[in-house]
Amino acid sequence: MLALIGTVPKEDFPLVSGTAVLKGGSLSLNGYQISVNRGTPALIAATSMVCETLGLPRPFSFLVGDIGLGDGSRKLYRHLKSHLPSLGARIIAFHYLQPDVDWHNRILWALEEQGNLPVLIADAGYMYAAKMSGFAASYDLFTPDIGELAFLADEVAPHPFYTRGFILHEEDNVPGLIKRAFEGGNAAKTLLIKGSKDYICTKERVLATVDTPRVETLEPIGGTGDTLTGMVAALTYGGYPVAEAAILAARANRLAGALANPTPATQVVDIVERIPKALEAVLDEAGKVREQIFPTTCCRELPYKRALIDTYAKGSC
Amino acid sequence: MAFKVFKRKKRTAPKEKSPDRGLLSFHNTSEVIKAESLLREKGWEVRVMGPPPELRTGCDLVIEFPLVEQLNILRLLEENKIAPLEVVPVDDPLLKPVGLFKTTDYGQYLMVRAANMKLTIDKESLRIVNISGGGCPDVPYLGAKLVGKDLRQASPPRELGHTLCGYALQLAYEEIKRQCSL
Repeated sequence: MLALIGTVPKEDFPLVSGTAVLKGGSLSLNGYQISVNRGTPALIAATSMVCETLGLPRPFSFLVGDIGLGDGSRKLYRHLKSHLPSLGARIIAFHYLQPDVDWHNRILWALEEQGNLPVLIADAGYMYAAKMSGFAASYDLFTPDIGELAFLADEVAPHPFYTRGFILHEEDNVPGLIKRAFEGGNAAKTLLIKGSKDYICTKERVLATVDTPRVETLEPIGGTGDTLTGMVAALTYGGYPVAEAAILAARANRLAGALANPTPATQVVDIVERIPKALEAVLDEAGKVREQIFPTTCCRELPYKRALIDTYAKGSC
Repeated sequence: MAFKVFKRKKRTAPKEKSPDRGLLSFHNTSEVIKAESLLREKGWEVRVMGPPPELRTGCDLVIEFPLVEQLNILRLLEENKIAPLEVVPVDDPLLKPVGLFKTTDYGQYLMVRAANMKLTIDKESLRIVNISGGGCPDVPYLGAKLVGKDLRQASPPRELGHTLCGYALQLAYEEIKRQCSL
């Protein structure tokens, strides 16, 4: 199971959980209609699109209303502590929640009590809490943008709002910020840094950069980072190793953006619609590369149908 | 047959400080007491304590509060005429809010970023066309409230937002207004 966790920007929206259905630009969950704009609804929509394209079961979502007062988030934290560990999710993506270190720790420890941790992905407010907690390395993936990378690199900043100026000045030196984030113990095992050039890296090295197709107008569009995180989560669910999922998702997110021919005024729902076509193109290309490397039938099959992870690692079929 | 039950040892946070807490300093103890009562009444978990040595303003007491909710708390205190002298993070009271802005000109559109928040307008109509970045739950809320509005008539993010992300958006909003000579 793939679990997605976050908030919707409505005060009176109750805590709901289940499998959301995407239809005509909005999500339907337990009888509630949620418009797909920015934030967690955009994450769920993108994840659902990828799961559908790959023939995977739809993600299981936890949602609550919160407009920044933190009340909904705390209700959800309480619920998660009791219900999340027994859910048996293989991958969990935490998203727009009021950052709260105490609740973050309680949930992490509750998951650890179950034995092996699932694949943990954190973005947005939950990533802030994970960094502040000192348990960043328990996570498999963080997906910061450049401003958030500077926050991860600043070992004393409690929120991006307090990132120190001399670190912000280093924003053009992304490898330097990456190094500083890892050295300070404030990075997940893998980072996907969203920017004009996307970086996928581990503590050891930058694994890949993705800068094509170049679509300058994606940065102002609210929700494009959310769709990217959702796509990585779904691809990981499909069997790709986290780093490989991040590379494919970065390509597909850019391509979906390019297909929408966006301006800075475009809304993310127009990009979400293009995800299946973009993903198919990216996976097709990735499959052809695999064919060249491993010209046998089993190796041409994609990980979500067959575990190619080991094949790659061992270099043989 | 004896079964041995292994219980995982409870972990403690590697950072034993208070990374998500802030401090409010006031002119005098009377203001501290009033502010504490008000914040408790509204449901916040706050506590009164002695100030750290780095905090050089205010009286002998400060209030510790959830830092991320700074914007909402400040608004409440200002409405009740007990605005604090200073607001700082507990773990490093010398930290200041971001003061750097990044501006990107897209021709017809202009984007200003402050910390993790980006605000984009149509230069001709001065309409807010997008809000991106951020991670606190008021970001999607601010997007829903502000996108499509005229920059000259839109409520400032500080009136609608509640968190430090809302505060960062306020800074981007002020900077973009400055650049548009509004």
